[in-house]
Amino acid sequence: MFPAAFDYRSPASLEEALGLLTEHGDSAKVMAGGQSLIPLLKLRFAQPGLVIDIGRLPGLSGVTRNGSLTIGALTRHVDIERSKDLGGAWTIFPEAAHWIADPLVRNQGTIGGSICHADPAGDWGSVMLALEADLVVRSAQGERVIHASDFFQGPFTTTLRSDEILTEIRVGAPSKRAGGAYNKLERKVGDFATVAVAVQVELDGDKVSRAGIGLTSVGSKNIKAVAAEKALAGREPTDAVIAEAARLAAGAAEPKADVRGSAEFKKDVVRVFVQRGLKTALARAREARA
Amino acid sequence: MATATHMHGRIGESIKRKEDARFLRGKGNYLDDFVLPNMLEMAILRSPHAHARINSIDTTAASAMPGVIAVVTGELMAEHKLAWMPTLSGDTQAVLATDKVRFQGQEVAAVIAETKYQAEDARDAILVDYEILPAVTSPDGAKGAGAPLIRDDKEGQKDNHIYHWEAGNQATTQAAFATAHKVVRLTSFYPRCHPAPLETCGCLADVNSATGKATIYMTSQAPHAIRTVFALVTGLPEQQIRIISPDIGGGFGNKVPVYPGYVVATAASLLIGRPVKWVEDRSENLISTGFARDYHMTGDLAVDKDGKMLALRVHLDSDNGAFFSDAQPTKFKAGLFHIVTGSYDIPTAHVTADGYYTNKAPGGVAYRCSFRVTEASYLIERLVTNAAIELGIDQAEFRMKNFIKPEQFPYTSATGWIYDSGDYPQAMNVALQKLGYDELRKDVDARRKKGEVTGIGIASFTEVVGAGHGAEFDILGLRMFDSAELRVHPTGKALLRMGVKSQGQGHETTFAQIVTEELGIPAVDIAVEEGDTDTAPYGLGTYASRSTPVAGAATAMVARKLRDKARKIASHLLEVDEEDLEWRVSRFQVKGSPDRAKTIQEIAFAAYTNLPEGMEAGLEGVHYYDPPNMTYPFGTYAVVVDIDKGTGQVKVRRMVAVDDCGVRINPMIVEGQIHGGLTEGFGIAFMQLITFDSEGNCIGSNFMDYLLPTAWETPSFELGETVTPSPHHPLGAKGVGESATVGSPAAYVNAVIDALSPYGITNIDMPVGPDKVWAALRSKGVTE
Repeated sequence: MFPAAFDYRSPASLEEALGLLTEHGDSAKVMAGGQSLIPLLKLRFAQPGLVIDIGRLPGLSGVTRNGSLTIGALTRHVDIERSKDLGGAWTIFPEAAHWIADPLVRNQGTIGGSICHADPAGDWGSVMLALEADLVVRSAQGERVIHASDFFQGPFTTTLRSDEILTEIRVGAPSKRAGGAYNKLERKVGDFATVAVAVQVELDGDKVSRAGIGLTSVGSKNIKAVAAEKALAGREPTDAVIAEAARLAAGAAEPKADVRGSAEFKKDVVRVFVQRGLKTALARAREARA
Repeated sequence: MATATHMHGRIGESIKRKEDARFLRGKGNYLDDFVLPNMLEMAILRSPHAHARINSIDTTAASAMPGVIAVVTGELMAEHKLAWMPTLSGDTQAVLATDKVRFQGQEVAAVIAETKYQAEDARDAILVDYEILPAVTSPDGAKGAGAPLIRDDKEGQKDNHIYHWEAGNQATTQAAFATAHKVVRLTSFYPRCHPAPLETCGCLADVNSATGKATIYMTSQAPHAIRTVFALVTGLPEQQIRIISPDIGGGFGNKVPVYPGYVVATAASLLIGRPVKWVEDRSENLISTGFARDYHMTGDLAVDKDGKMLALRVHLDSDNGAFFSDAQPTKFKAGLFHIVTGSYDIPTAHVTADGYYTNKAPGGVAYRCSFRVTEASYLIERLVTNAAIELGIDQAEFRMKNFIKPEQFPYTSATGWIYDSGDYPQAMNVALQKLGYDELRKDVDARRKKGEVTGIGIASFTEVVGAGHGAEFDILGLRMFDSAELRVHPTGKALLRMGVKSQGQGHETTFAQIVTEELGIPAVDIAVEEGDTDTAPYGLGTYASRSTPVAGAATAMVARKLRDKARKIASHLLEVDEEDLEWRVSRFQVKGSPDRAKTIQEIAFAAYTNLPEGMEAGLEGVHYYDPPNMTYPFGTYAVVVDIDKGTGQVKVRRMVAVDDCGVRINPMIVEGQIHGGLTEGFGIAFMQLITFDSEGNCIGSNFMDYLLPTAWETPSFELGETVTPSPHHPLGAKGVGESATVGSPAAYVNAVIDALSPYGITNIDMPVGPDKVWAALRSKGVTE
């Protein structure tokens, strides 16, 4: 497990990194925490000509909460897991972060790297979809914003262009009463999800004003369970409504049978997790009122 | 009184492990830490296909790449008569493929280069033209009409059948079944798993071109046996071969066999005249080296109307992979599987076994067990729990009713094994008490009424370890004795050299403690050395929990020899008759006058300075110990599980393990061994699987797919003990390294089956993952 030869650059600024990307295009690969890329290099599944290590670039990490929420792309999972700014309506962040891989990976890996890697088994993708996050990307030409639901295209494929780097994640201010939950079934710590579900709800009185549901590991990319979200919006979340949403979410899942289990099993776990996730998220949202 | 003298590190004392000072500081020396001047690196090209004919191998481009010294193919090995090698089960195995590849991951060619990077770059440039053949991935597939013939290299081999083997008595067993009140059947597959030591296998071969001496550093659990095998395979004179097993990062049976890489690296060093290192990566270890289990078993248990067991009938099909290279004694084709009557007084049994070639990796090693005992223990313990459930008798009570009774020892089992000692009811009682079994049963009933899915599993295993008596047990004809050589220096410090080889078991501490007990030299003053065939006495190595039963006995015996000589010297120094001396912890004293005494240190000094007339100088000796019988550790394990109906996830709430391994030399080390075994058993029961798709592609070739449990998911263990000494071991010790791996999988699975039994679910094969539990519950209409 020794990688094929590649060139390595560690630019000092984002501008320098973007310049290298423009120059080398598809033959270059951006590395942030390296937790996905390095194994791929060692297995020789990835053989880029140049690795651009942006891991030490200044100004691209940290959590800023100012009504809305901004998370720098180089923020490490562990810093989200332990962030004091991510309670209440944003509980889903530390909860999902805690489920990512193992402590060693969380110490090195970054939220931006994980999102751009676009592994359908990645946890952040579902959280982005549930929260309807905006992904801010930069190239030498300038900045643009990609909505999360437009970002993920397929396995390891996104709408990020080869000359672009993700710089930050933005999530709009929630109503006062919002809550989320992340449930994950894994075979052991550090394993990719067999199934995971991100749920975020906002309450208006007794009714759900908005629900976001993202599904992990049950398709060729992270899936936004739109029909289930619609079934909740504007409704009082009774057991029957929750069960219906869970059923619809399971219907949106497109899992394949593998060593982790059959497609039917994974769909049913989606159903169970949407149900559980909604109950937890609603309880958290209600608590937020107090 | 002199008897009150405290001696640090005697038997029964949990002293800290002497070896840990270097391990904890990162100062161990493992194979890959060795770097020799002018050393080359080797990388192996492996087959991507499970079964394919090799039309051609083109090494032109690879040979021309930077740093490449040589590209070795089967053709080149064949020129030196080394394309094939013998296996530990008397079959042959390809070193580098010449005709066909027979499993995915099989060794096809090797590159020797200046650096590992260069070797791997060139490996990727070798072009092999394969003609893909249909693959066989199970015994059923191997038996099928029209199944492709895997071993067309073997003269007279017309199908994929390797062996048929039987034990016990068919006639009496049939007769007993005819009278049975009830017959309970369990069909069970013990899946292929892998020992997966954290340090992979490797070697560093250094053949001196001037002297011809081959010094081979190797991750071997059995360096002496390997030296002999190398001498026989290569024709090198045995005194010209030196195998050095340095610190080893876990073996679990995986480091017993000879692997093709060892042979190629040694041949390459011989031909090139420079040291050649080969260290596998993780995937190579998982896909090509000794796997474990892969047994398809059917057991029938006949019971009378009072719940007494009458007879046991078992058949198994063994999936041996492409070459029959199980590591086991010559006469037992299915290892010691026929210990399958376990802890029960079953009057008659009949066991049949058939082995098959498949297009899977070879090398059925005993993964942390004594030659297939794990499979046997699993089958009987699962069968007994199923029988109890089916008969409506409590699992514990059914076991109690059928245990071999303490007064029946030594006990001859229906398949001819003589159990040395045991008290099974006592171990069961200690376990049940620790668990609070009666209360817990009520709690389970109450929880079930609330809709919870919960259960208790029990396994009362009997192990057979410490191979063996040499008349019955051998590896390639070498009798399974073991040895210890003890030298006491003039200052009273000692050097103990052993024929076994620790892979992390704590030999440097345990064996020192035996010398402390027998000869009174503090453990801290005793250096224990193993693994260098030029310095250590010959031995068969460490596996099958044999180090304490065999080499530990040898250590006690050699220490006693030296103590006998010490008595003579003391008698000379104290000017009294030998009969007037008595041994007290660390000295000989005159009976009735404890002030007149000579310590072992004084005696050792005298052995080099002031000897009785005519006595040979020095205080050293060697002992080769051939045990009169195996030892039979046992225990009862009990597990409580809670099952999540929605996801099928099993949570182990409690795990109580009561072990009886006879006398415990260092109880802390024993408990560490049990913790490790319970953890591996947990992994086997719930997570681990080397599996294959229909084309023979191995799934489970890295640690993302082959799952090792971490502290996060492993349950907390509650240990208990009973002590029933072995009557034939000089210290009463039995060996414990493997008990927990052998005994625990059935306990874990029995708990799951007990939890699911109210729904009529009777079996789930390992690994018991959430998907299987969910499917079983769903099939009975249970859901969240």
